[in-house]
Amino acid sequence: MRTFYGTELANPLMLGTAQYPSPAILEQAFRESGAAVATVSLRREGGAGQTFWQMIQDLGVNILPNTAGCHTVKETVTTAHMAREVFDTRWIKLELIGHTDSLQPDVFQLVEAARILTEDGFQVFPYTTDDLVVGEHLLEAGCEVLMPWGAPIGSGRGLNNEYALRAMRSEFPDTPLVVDAGIGRPSHAAHAMELGYDAVLLNTAVARAGEPPMMAKAMALAVEAGRLAFEADPIEARDMAEASTPVIGKAFLS
Amino acid sequence: MKIVLNGEPRVVGAETLSALLEECGFTGRVATAVNEGFVPASLRIAHILKDGDRVEVLAPMQGG
Repeated sequence: MRTFYGTELANPLMLGTAQYPSPAILEQAFRESGAAVATVSLRREGGAGQTFWQMIQDLGVNILPNTAGCHTVKETVTTAHMAREVFDTRWIKLELIGHTDSLQPDVFQLVEAARILTEDGFQVFPYTTDDLVVGEHLLEAGCEVLMPWGAPIGSGRGLNNEYALRAMRSEFPDTPLVVDAGIGRPSHAAHAMELGYDAVLLNTAVARAGEPPMMAKAMALAVEAGRLAFEADPIEARDMAEASTPVIGKAFLS
Repeated sequence: MKIVLNGEPRVVGAETLSALLEECGFTGRVATAVNEGFVPASLRIAHILKDGDRVEVLAPMQGG
């Protein structure tokens, strides 16, 4: 298991904390999944923040605050600083949205924000597209992790562009890579891990499932299966059949 | 003095950011920004508020 800024994770599943039917179900989902990372955010204090903070601490997992909803470098950097103080961590999931409908990252501003935050001592987890050149720029800016999207946030479409994700894995063999966003089903999560990705970050697929704790467990099993499959060196697909039962020794009965 | 606190117009007596938090009952773990700039917790006591300041008080929340 690769380390993320020096931290080894017990499980390659990063789980969001939003959209669950209740805090109790959120807690159950985390227990069932064994997820090692919880993503969180900052919002205007309306009274619920302190209870949530206590619950997140009780989960005993690594906390990864996000900059969700930010559209400019300035507000993203400010949000990151506020998150670092509140959550007491240098980790930041850098989200800088450029397109309203697809929530596609604004990769130009993303690179700039990543550079500023790295210089400010942050350990940046950039939510990015599957563009290789953007990935190069993010690494140059100081990122030691890349988190390309599988599909738009919350869409549940799985891996929209397997070719691009495969190319990213090949281009950045030594960089921890996380498929972040777009996962809808355990098969999608397993698919990402089979490509050699180091972790999967998801939220909606579990939180909005009919039985979130059950889906959380299904996702945990899927990432483990996918990881084992990658390490086991799977066979290549072929166009025609190849008999698996030996031909030698077959009785002559026709 | 009139300020805007988390998007809502307010009339407050507090003159510093730390006094404002106390006056408005923010006792927990929060982060603050004034006029879109981050103000670290250690600087709140010295941060003098001005009429029309826009203050944001943020807390931990669910996120993906």
